[in-house]
Amino acid sequence: MKKIISKSLFADHDIEQFIGLQLRYGVITASTIVLIGGLVYLNQFGGLAIPPYHHFAGTEAGFTTVGEISTGLSSMNAKGIIQLGVLVLIATPILRIAFSLIGFILEKDKLYICITMVVLAVMMVSIFGGLKV
Amino acid sequence: MTILAFTLILLAGAYLAGLVGSLTGLGGGVVVIPLLTLVFHVDIRYAIGAALLASIANSSGAASAYVKEGITNIRLGMFLEIATTIGAVIGALIAVYTPTNTIAILFGAILLFSAAMTLRKKNQEALTKGSKASFRLKLNSSYPTKDGEVAYQLKNVGAGFSIMTLAGIMSGLLGIGSGALKVLAMDSTMHIPFKVSTTTSNFMIGVTAAASAVVYLQRGYMDPGIAFPVVLGVLGGAFTGSKLLTRLDPKVLKYIFCVAISFVAIEMIYNGYNHQF
Repeated sequence: MKKIISKSLFADHDIEQFIGLQLRYGVITASTIVLIGGLVYLNQFGGLAIPPYHHFAGTEAGFTTVGEISTGLSSMNAKGIIQLGVLVLIATPILRIAFSLIGFILEKDKLYICITMVVLAVMMVSIFGGLKV
Repeated sequence: MTILAFTLILLAGAYLAGLVGSLTGLGGGVVVIPLLTLVFHVDIRYAIGAALLASIANSSGAASAYVKEGITNIRLGMFLEIATTIGAVIGALIAVYTPTNTIAILFGAILLFSAAMTLRKKNQEALTKGSKASFRLKLNSSYPTKDGEVAYQLKNVGAGFSIMTLAGIMSGLLGIGSGALKVLAMDSTMHIPFKVSTTTSNFMIGVTAAASAVVYLQRGYMDPGIAFPVVLGVLGGAFTGSKLLTRLDPKVLKYIFCVAISFVAIEMIYNGYNHQF
């Protein structure tokens, strides 16, 4: 009995350590990509006048979908690189939910497997649900 | 002004925003929105997009440390994330139909409320007898303190969950972490010790912000030219702030900043009222 308890505690602690590391490296990776893209952006456009940011262009500005961002990346477009960093940043907490789910599965915590699935489902609806009104 | 000059000034401004946000506990995103709109006259929608990204970066960066120390209540965070993510998606959807001036006024009001919340008395006491729901949902836990592990239990789970939904809606609508509302739900309503409630709130902000960020990204709220200096600046400022916090007790600073931010909030409301956005 004692052994089982200590084993499950160990798993709990382990997954917490792992989530901590995953969050940290996600942010470090994202900000490094954003920094690289930003330096390329300044190198390419630094001397130009600032765009009219007081006017909201919406999706016309481009780089609002994964498709557009990957096209921008293949041509080494600075804005494409920055937006890749943005994608990595947004993905970091979403990935964290997925890892928590694995943690709860390892602990065989049925209630929290369900709760985590609900949160993950809301995220998926938000990503793929065509909420582009 | 050239893009280079704009980027450098914005980087410095975002750094200060991150620093002030971290020292006051308001979060860098909240400070960066008035900076972008009032000082740089950037459309509030770009400001919201950039602030959301800054919130995700801040939350994830800080959460990594707290999770490892075992202060964050991950089960509680996960349970309440149902409320905040659903709220955030609703908020992001309402945002399309809300005039920018209304958003500015609402933002000012939340900012005032948040500044007041950071100055209130904090709940240090651990509740020893929780409600039935807290047991059923396995929300009661313990956290490490200087005098060893302290166990705590919580109550008013339903009320806390409802406030969290509201916090999520505000977060999605205004592009902020709405940490103040989250702490109100956990600290004042569910009676969670404030160290657990602040770290768990911070843990949830990343996921909440990501839920609305994906919607905003697809709508073009995230401009690379603004996102780049804002994310890096706020992250750097928050990092410096967290280092400073361990060395000094910023009580006086906190009061000064909260008063200053209240004036900024009033200006946001005033400008929104006069249709300046």
